[in-house]
Amino acid sequence: MARDEMNKEPSSAGGDQAMDAVSRRLREYYDAVKEEAIPDRLLDLLEKLDEADRSQRPVSSDGRKE
Amino acid sequence: MTWSFKREMLASLPNLRAFAVSLSGQQDKADDLVQDTIMKAWAKQDSFEPGTNIKAWLFTILRNEFYSQMRKRGREVQDSDGLFTERLSVHPGQMGSLDLKDFQVALARLPDDQREAIVLVGASGFSYEEAAEVCGCAVGTIKSRLSRARAQLQIDLQISGEADYGPDETSSAVLSRSASS
Repeated sequence: MARDEMNKEPSSAGGDQAMDAVSRRLREYYDAVKEEAIPDRLLDLLEKLDEADRSQRPVSSDGRKE
Repeated sequence: MTWSFKREMLASLPNLRAFAVSLSGQQDKADDLVQDTIMKAWAKQDSFEPGTNIKAWLFTILRNEFYSQMRKRGREVQDSDGLFTERLSVHPGQMGSLDLKDFQVALARLPDDQREAIVLVGASGFSYEEAAEVCGCAVGTIKSRLSRARAQLQIDLQISGEADYGPDETSSAVLSRSASS
């Protein structure tokens, strides 16, 4: 029941494991970016767009909503 | 409508950024891309049907934006593997591990269509059908791009499935821990 290195079956399981390794690395890479903080400029942009919509006037340079 | 649209956008930003970084391989370009996507999406929010898949909608906008910018720049990145990988930016924080850097380089070497297929299905969580919709191609095309991408990454990362199995200090540690308990 214990899985150790010796129990791996190289030929039959190799392909699938390699597949999994690619998928796993891809997700690690992707998730690392996903977990980063969103840059302020993107958040500010959304605020400005929202503010502009709601006040029905063009975005001003300091039109940030608190 | 506007309020919840904004919330939906906010909730989608981490995923959009990850997709943008995966596509462009460059952090600053990726954030420019996300910025353009936010503006485009905001301007055409009335064309979004509430209740449909906003993630797919936003990804489609970002993808189209990516390719139109690439065309404008004369596809500077596409054919010059060396130039592209040389300028890959790797975030000093989480992205700093050698493993992820290797992966980013390998991913950047893939043809665009294969890269987007494997990212959409393998990481962004789209079904084959949704990915096909985002890319504007047939489901079968997504599947074949995906398998070519996987095969290529396997070669580039020298993943044999046996000796060099995975990134695996962590998982083998977990395995040996659970084996010994």
